[in-house]
Amino acid sequence: MAGIELLSDQGYRLDGRKATELRKVQARLGVFAQADGSAYLEQGNTKVLAVVYGPHEMRGSRSRTLHDRAVINCQYSMATFSTAERKRRPHGDRKSTEMSLHLKQTFEAAVMTQLFPRSQIDIYVKILQSDGGNYSVCVNAATLAVIDAGIPMRDYVCACTVGFVDETPLADLCYAEESGGVSSLALALLPRGGQIALVQMDARLHQDHLEALIEAATTACKGVSKVLDEVVRQHLQEASVLTGE
Amino acid sequence: MKETPLSNCERDFLLRAIEEKKRLDGRQTYDYRKLKITFGTDYGCCFVDLGQTRVMAQVSCELVAPKENRPTEGILFFNIELSPMASPSFEQGRQSELSVKLNRQLERCLRNSKCIDTESLCVVSGEKVWQVRVDVHTLNNDGNLMDAASVAAITALCHFRRPDVAIQGEEVTVFSPEERDPIPLSVYHMPISVSFAFFQQGTFLLVDPCEREERVMDGLLMIAMNKHREICSIQSSGGIMLLKDQVMRCSKIASVKVSEITELISQALLNDKAARKAGGKCGFAESMPQDRITALKMDQTDVEMTNVSQTGSGVILQGDEAPPPTVPSPVVPVPGVGQVGQGLQSWGLEEEEEDDDDEEEEKGYFEEEEVVILYPETTEKSK
Repeated sequence: MAGIELLSDQGYRLDGRKATELRKVQARLGVFAQADGSAYLEQGNTKVLAVVYGPHEMRGSRSRTLHDRAVINCQYSMATFSTAERKRRPHGDRKSTEMSLHLKQTFEAAVMTQLFPRSQIDIYVKILQSDGGNYSVCVNAATLAVIDAGIPMRDYVCACTVGFVDETPLADLCYAEESGGVSSLALALLPRGGQIALVQMDARLHQDHLEALIEAATTACKGVSKVLDEVVRQHLQEASVLTGE
Repeated sequence: MKETPLSNCERDFLLRAIEEKKRLDGRQTYDYRKLKITFGTDYGCCFVDLGQTRVMAQVSCELVAPKENRPTEGILFFNIELSPMASPSFEQGRQSELSVKLNRQLERCLRNSKCIDTESLCVVSGEKVWQVRVDVHTLNNDGNLMDAASVAAITALCHFRRPDVAIQGEEVTVFSPEERDPIPLSVYHMPISVSFAFFQQGTFLLVDPCEREERVMDGLLMIAMNKHREICSIQSSGGIMLLKDQVMRCSKIASVKVSEITELISQALLNDKAARKAGGKCGFAESMPQDRITALKMDQTDVEMTNVSQTGSGVILQGDEAPPPTVPSPVVPVPGVGQVGQGLQSWGLEEEEEDDDDEEEEKGYFEEEEVVILYPETTEKSK
């Protein structure tokens, strides 16, 4: 694509970051008192709200109850004001359904569902402002919300979207970089074991670069996990101060 | 209609077989089923058979106004229809999870990889562009619909011819196929998807799962590549956890498979071109097997036959001692009732018996645990 230079000669990107730098992450747990677990996460300009209800009794179709584990139900929606042009269909279209399925798949791998047979865990994610890396930020926000709800997980689930420009992997893409036709890889990782819960890649990339890209994504995810860990510990500290421990 | 659940013993059988590197149809772990590509009478219609999985793709085009943010590009639209014809668990009209998943995967595989030159589909910038629509219908589901659909879609796109247009100033004339020969689309590369099924938490891997294997799998990894070794799309689904090495290994296997399949597609396209030039009839009817006695003949699958007698005798040696060629004689507690077999002791019928004579006789039999050859003694005893 002519015109926009995604990576300058000095190694700076459009927003002044270096190739391996993540955007600034700010997060808060427990934003809603009513929900079992909730979290608000900002990664650069992408702002996401995640809410978790559960585990509770199966609602809706009883026939989908699993006898040995919990069913995870995810819903992904974008606010109509989240994108540059007003979104006419916030949920129900194919992309949202696909994203909901991916979130469900990611959390089914991470949450210890065997501890809650015959129940349902709902995860609702809403994008308030979309500036690239939608899936990754949703996963990070949902992880915090699940932790806030007290549901046991095998490990933090951290996700990051990386792109490949000029033989260099760029970590944590923003919208301008994503729409520039860059091959992007979204990876959801459980950092301690290095296990990949979900991998998704669009656009052409030569096979030889795949390893480097996955490596970069893994490193970025581990970076995100450190930040999330910090947020959780701080929240716990605040909560313990308030309860007077 | 709800899907018939898979019984536990069938599930265990399949998983045990996979652990021993055996598949139901005798394939190896990295083998594809037989892929057959035939074309219909119109340009842009193609049928793909992947083993028993059968899909049909049809490409059509029409002139529409372009999208506002892309005024010089044509529009590509993909649609996969899961009809109840393919499997009774598919419901007509309902957008099930599988249908959304397949549609999005096909869209990402073909549209995002820019395999078709959309700029060449522009007629009048900002006003009229060609919208090319690919409809894939599933005719029979025997597993791995994604791969069959991707092969069908890209083959149909390569086969398709759009009408010729001429622009004179403000006027746009669309020529019918009789007036001017239709033009093929410009296809840059052919992305083909390869599906890998994972079993037992990622320990075992199979390429091209059939329907039974899909039912017991933990998860699926789909890698779409073209023959230039460029990866067009990767998508993992199902709740499995992968490691980086597994993904790298799968991509290597995929590149080999994709080059074979691309070769097959090119060959099929060439054959069809030659057939049409020679004036032969080509269509769905011709691609179906003839209505003769040999119509149900299946292609012979190669089965590994070397060392069969050696492995057979080895298995026999390893096994427990052979069951005795003799059978316990039938016991008659009451006239009209006979008992034969090893479970006689636990049936408890002897305690309820009032007949002293028969009871004593049977008790004697059980204490001795006498096993008697069926003929000719039983003819004496069962009187």
